[in-house]
Amino acid sequence: MTEGGSVSELSKKTRKNSLDKEKMIELLKRMLLYRRFEEKAGESYAIGKIGGFCHLHIGQEAVAAGCIAPLRKEDYVIGTYREHTQALAKGVAPEAVMAELYGKAPGTSGGLGGSMHIFGSDVGFMGGHGIVGGQLALALGIAWGIHYRGGDQVCVCFLGDAAVNQGAFHESLNMAAIWNLPVIYAVENNAYGMGTKFSRVSETEMSQKSASHGVPARIIDGQDVVSTYIDFTEIVEEVRQGAGPQFVDVQCYRFKGHSMSDPVSGTYRSKKEVEDKTENADPITTLADQMFDSALLTPEELKEMDMEAREIVRKAEAFAESAPEPDTKSLYDNVYSEINPNGRLFFDGRVI
Amino acid sequence: MAEITYRDALNQALAEEMERDESVFLLGEEVAEYDGAYKVSKGLLERFGDKRVVDTPISELGFTGLGVGAAMVGLRPVVEFMTFNFAFLAIDQLINSAAKMGSMSGGQVTAPMVLRGPSGAALQLGSQHSQACEAWYLHAPGLKVVTPGTPADAKGLLKTAIRDNDPVVFMESELLYNLKGEVPDGEEFLIPLGVADLKREGGDVSIITHGQMIHVALRAADQLAKKGLEADVLDLRSLRPLDVESILESVAKTNRAVCLEEGWSYGGVGAQVTSVLMEEAFDDLDAPVLRVTQADVPMPYNKRLEAWTKPNVARLVEACEKVCYV
Repeated sequence: MTEGGSVSELSKKTRKNSLDKEKMIELLKRMLLYRRFEEKAGESYAIGKIGGFCHLHIGQEAVAAGCIAPLRKEDYVIGTYREHTQALAKGVAPEAVMAELYGKAPGTSGGLGGSMHIFGSDVGFMGGHGIVGGQLALALGIAWGIHYRGGDQVCVCFLGDAAVNQGAFHESLNMAAIWNLPVIYAVENNAYGMGTKFSRVSETEMSQKSASHGVPARIIDGQDVVSTYIDFTEIVEEVRQGAGPQFVDVQCYRFKGHSMSDPVSGTYRSKKEVEDKTENADPITTLADQMFDSALLTPEELKEMDMEAREIVRKAEAFAESAPEPDTKSLYDNVYSEINPNGRLFFDGRVI
Repeated sequence: MAEITYRDALNQALAEEMERDESVFLLGEEVAEYDGAYKVSKGLLERFGDKRVVDTPISELGFTGLGVGAAMVGLRPVVEFMTFNFAFLAIDQLINSAAKMGSMSGGQVTAPMVLRGPSGAALQLGSQHSQACEAWYLHAPGLKVVTPGTPADAKGLLKTAIRDNDPVVFMESELLYNLKGEVPDGEEFLIPLGVADLKREGGDVSIITHGQMIHVALRAADQLAKKGLEADVLDLRSLRPLDVESILESVAKTNRAVCLEEGWSYGGVGAQVTSVLMEEAFDDLDAPVLRVTQADVPMPYNKRLEAWTKPNVARLVEACEKVCYV
């Protein structure tokens, strides 16, 4: 389903159409983990173990798996507030992510970040960011850092479809283009910005959005993990070799509400639409069916993989549940990384 | 010790720190080929090349975010705003990204960077190009805010700010760039953040101020001296961290304080200093603390009205006399 700009023309010649069994199994296992992790997060949210806003990635697992699996550890990923599974995909431990959702001390940010701010800088996961579009400019700076040092890493920046209407999108793509920076702007285009259909807030198609900045665009079927992985592998390698910034319209579908506080369907999309997508475009069953058809997988093996994923999530949840609360004192530990020997930084008069 | 301008002092600080540390780079509008809108970056492009002195498009949000992102991966950007009036376009990146990065990442990621440029009133530039902006940034934990008022302070504080491991908002002044003053030699001339400087010593009243207002305060102190009142002129230099100790020390001596600032009164620097004095120096005070600020209106264009809105020597003298019950 690849189409569009100049990069795609190149890709048609070299594009592989299938993956070996081992890679398919890896992608399947990854997606099962992400699905079970997010289901558990949803359950824990429902009983009040997780608070605040919680945006699940259910339905979009192929994006996390297919876009991040092609990366090296030293590559960077930065994302939005719908980032739990992307953190897992880049290598952040499930226990640490779940503990962060639970607001506990061993969480990725010591319980101070929460669902929208998962970080794993040791594995190049540069955070979940909560202001729509803000992370695009940060990605620009991360890519600038790579360029400045002459490295061959790439930075993948995830954004939602609604973020392309922010000024930050255009400012960032423009600068990425003029300096030929190694950044891939991957739109998780699930067709709705919260409850607003993309076509209602944009006169032009998603794939046209980067054109005025001279950034090549490509459309990817984000519900098909094999195709996402193959396409992304190619894009990443091109960028690594100096192709400059890329814009990728990763077409996908969110099976749950915008956040846990929102309805799955209703005023902005019909129950039928969601049911149709859930039944016919589930990235996990899509891959499993492909593998069944090619005799690369049996239902028993699938069940076993699923049990493994559930076990990882069970352990993560148990870890989070039993983990200690952060100390009150930890509140002040990282507001500043350097407390100057002179003068006062805090004025609240609180004594801990 | 050489006598140089405030502008050249900043230029020296940038050049020395870029020479010392390869991770330091400068970006902003007109900083490279044009040598800087106020010529602060003159000659730096030629010396350090276009990877380290970077002309950006007019995209404050974008290039500030670029700075934060680069800092997140270990560089030390110096982001120049042509003026802080334009930094409002970037305030999301300053508050939501730079200031909160350390805390929301549990200390995994930080944003060591300097965000600098002129702030404060200029002459007849009207409401959008003439305003003091420090209070906007003081409000956010995670940011440090520095406001040098002399060439020496400009150099010593900028060098320290570049070496600091947190985002530092560094506010210069259009009206000070040509000011000359003695600046100590040496690449290790550093002024620590959080240390105020007593620019004039007196015993009768404490004028607590910062940035270009120190010059208004010094002129007022001269006039007060002629009337027999000796004023401490305490230049805060850095507003966060704030040298509370020096504030308290001065007021313990004078028992009277007037806060002078270029910004609006509501929620301003003086409001914070006054609060500190209420909480920690109540018994030392012989009079209510007064504030002299910009009038609570957007800056007008009309010359006479502009002058009326600004804090000035006459208003400050009057306030000092009032707290001294003269």
